[in-house]
Amino acid sequence: MNGRKTLEPLWWGLFSAGGVVAAFLVPIHIVITGIAVPLGWLPDAQEIYRHWPVRLYLFILIALPLYHWAHRFQFALSDMGMRGIHKPLAVLCYGAALLGTVIAGWILLRL
Amino acid sequence: MMATRPDPAGLYHPAMPATWWLRKRSYFLFMLRELSSVFIAGFLVVLLLQIAQISSGEDARAAFSAMLRSPGWILFHGVALAFAVYHSVTWFYTTSIVMPLRVRGRELPRWLFTALNIGAWAGVSLVILILYLALPASA
Repeated sequence: MNGRKTLEPLWWGLFSAGGVVAAFLVPIHIVITGIAVPLGWLPDAQEIYRHWPVRLYLFILIALPLYHWAHRFQFALSDMGMRGIHKPLAVLCYGAALLGTVIAGWILLRL
Repeated sequence: MMATRPDPAGLYHPAMPATWWLRKRSYFLFMLRELSSVFIAGFLVVLLLQIAQISSGEDARAAFSAMLRSPGWILFHGVALAFAVYHSVTWFYTTSIVMPLRVRGRELPRWLFTALNIGAWAGVSLVILILYLALPASA
C-alpha cells in the first residue's frame, strides 16, 4: 500500500473530544450566559470564573470544541467546492483553533 | 502514534457543484450539522471575550453585559442554542452508531442509547446550573 504517516489521529481525537464537550456542556452555557442572564432570569455570577477549578473547566469548555469546529468547517468548505485548497484550509482552521487555545489559556491564567 | 492512509493523489474525487447539499433534505441536514460547529465556536469566542472583561475593570464588564442584552445578541444566542441542541442530539445518535454499547453481548438499540445520553446531558446541565448559582464569588 502506498501509505504515509500523518497526524490525523491527533486531530481526529481532538475533534471527537470537542464534539463530546460541545454536546454535553455547551447548550446550558448558552442558556445561562447568552439568554437567561441578559434577560434577567438569572443573576450575573461572573465572579465564580476566578476559582481555579472553574478556570480549568472553562479552558476545556472553550478550547476543545474549537478543534471540533476546525475539523468540521474545513471539511464543509472542501465539500462546498474548495477541495483544491484543502491543505491551506486545514492549516488555517487548525491554526485558528491552536491560536484560540493559547489565547484562552492566557486570558484564564491572568484573570 | 502515527497512522498511515492512502496517498490522496491516488483517490478518485468526482466533481460536484458547490450547491450539491441543497438538493436533498438529508444533505441539507448534514450541512446544518456541520455548520452547528460554527455557532458553537462563535458562542465560545463571545464567552471568552466576556471572561476577558473581568480583569479589565467594572466599566468594561458592565459595557459587555449591556451589549449582550441587546435584541441582536439575544437572537444570536437563540440561534446558537438551536444549533447546539441539534449538535447534541445528532452527536448522541451518531455515537450510538460508531460506538455501540453492548449489554450481555447484545447491542443496545440506538434509540435507547440516544435516550440515555440525552438523560445524562440533562443531568450534567442541571449540575452546571446548580454550580453556577451555588458557587460563592471568588476574590
